[in-house]
Amino acid sequence: MPPIFFEVAQLVVNGIMTGTILAVPAIGLTAIYAVLRFPNFAVASHATIGAFAGYVANVQLGLPVLPSVVLAFLAAGVVGMAADELVLKPYRAAGFITTAIASIALTIALENLVRFGFGNELRGYDLPLLRDWRFAGIRVGPQQLQNLAIAVAAMAALFAFLAFTRTGKAMRAVADNPMLAAIKGINADVVARLVSFVGMGLAGLGGMLIGLDTTIDPLTGFRAILSVFAAAVVGGLGSIPGAVIGALTVGVGEELCLLFLSPDYRSAVGFTAILLVLTLRPRGILGQRAF
Amino acid sequence: MENYVIAMTVSACIYALMALGLNVIWGLAGMINLGAVGFFAIGAYITALTTLKLGWPIAAGVVAGMAGAAMVGAGVALLTGRLRGDYLAIVTLGLAETIRVVASNAIWLTNGTDGISGIAGPMRGSLSPTQFNLLYLGVVGAIVAVAYVLAERLAHSPFGRVLRAIRDDEQVAAVAGKYVMGFKIRAFAIGAGALGLAGALYAHYTSYIAPDIFVPLLTLYIKLALLAGGLGNNRGALIGAFVVVFFLESTRFVIPLVPGLSAVQGAALREFLIALLLLVLLRYNPGGLVPERLPRIALPEPRSTLTEERRA
Repeated sequence: MPPIFFEVAQLVVNGIMTGTILAVPAIGLTAIYAVLRFPNFAVASHATIGAFAGYVANVQLGLPVLPSVVLAFLAAGVVGMAADELVLKPYRAAGFITTAIASIALTIALENLVRFGFGNELRGYDLPLLRDWRFAGIRVGPQQLQNLAIAVAAMAALFAFLAFTRTGKAMRAVADNPMLAAIKGINADVVARLVSFVGMGLAGLGGMLIGLDTTIDPLTGFRAILSVFAAAVVGGLGSIPGAVIGALTVGVGEELCLLFLSPDYRSAVGFTAILLVLTLRPRGILGQRAF
Repeated sequence: MENYVIAMTVSACIYALMALGLNVIWGLAGMINLGAVGFFAIGAYITALTTLKLGWPIAAGVVAGMAGAAMVGAGVALLTGRLRGDYLAIVTLGLAETIRVVASNAIWLTNGTDGISGIAGPMRGSLSPTQFNLLYLGVVGAIVAVAYVLAERLAHSPFGRVLRAIRDDEQVAAVAGKYVMGFKIRAFAIGAGALGLAGALYAHYTSYIAPDIFVPLLTLYIKLALLAGGLGNNRGALIGAFVVVFFLESTRFVIPLVPGLSAVQGAALREFLIALLLLVLLRYNPGGLVPERLPRIALPEPRSTLTEERRA
């Protein structure tokens, strides 16, 4: 087989890896959008918070990666729920423009709290050095595979939660038709708190997964936000399966562009994907059904 | 010291120009623009490149920067015009970030993160720094004055009225026979043009631009200026810009006085305070220092009993 085949196959594999990790914060964003109906740019700072919470657990407390990842989810989720309840909630009555701007201000405020505590330097997690595995000429890192497994497990848990539990069904009901859900006695405030917890928790988990691949600093979340939004928009803003498909599309697209672009332009690829989708199919691949 | 004061006044004028532009988009037409800094960057880069690499005169470069930003603005509004404003928020933010990424990496064109230096200023060579600062203050002040008059005319023209109608209720404006999409595109292009003009003026003033300058925080400053001054009115935009520059500069002096803070912590604290102030103004001070005043139009007395009945 020609070498270009292996090169493309390697890029597709890498793209699926990055796409699966990207899907985690993208689901968080899209779930919040589905219930609260505004693009929450604070996903960026919560990814950073998750990454640093995981760093504290993994490096400073010496915990292994798996419990650190859980802590990253919990920390970002708790901060997300508190921030939504205390900061963002009052803006929602004023419309989504005000809320979106408030979420940008919130993300800069939180990011700077992290910067205040940890400084600007790049930090890495405490990971064992492992040799890459090779399958038929395609390289895969064991750490990447573990990240992939964590991302898939998180997504499976979320889908099970939404499909089978009463609370999950309540969340979908509010996303689908808030008025009808209210008539059926679902407390919209509780659902809002819950979706902020789960959504921002996933953002934090995603931030840590991104950090496990590279390094972290206070801008980790903001750098990823364009790809996260691209994933959500490509899949259909407000659709959770859409976020997964969108993330895989953006992930593979970003990698395949390496064939003819320098890797520095990676985040421009996400933006191009947003423009393409808005031109050709504004509702995204799956449209806006929440689940 | 006087150079510092003049320089701050120039930057307040540049902020004022941006605030006037964003006011057309956000204050009048009610459209969101989270990437104001992107249009500012477009103006700055276009004028820097055309004057340095193509040898255009400064005025031509500035006009090109303004036109380029306006065209990109029109394109963004066209693309997202039919969708909910959420998409405009995402696209504008994405645009600003993408411009920064491209400017940081297209080294052959923009010199990457090192930035472009040696951008010409009007008569910079033959004047002392103070004289140059004063001359530039005169130029920028005149441009802001003209922009203010134009923005006032725009706000009180039928065009401005339609924009406010679209802001308050798009459907009603459409039912009244206004082509909403066309108005939105024009409003966004005008506002983006002003942002681009501000960027071009900035580039020729400081003679140096780099991707680090065009951070999202700058967009927040302008929003802060509009909110502080009063969204939807031009006098508020001007006052707000000066208030924000004063606030930003005073934090620069006050924060180093706090004991036990490192430089990074000081910078983080400053950005945190700015974001916090924006959140507070957004929530508690919707009118601003100079609230938007709309001309009161006396309603005619109802003539027939039919309308009376309908109202009851």
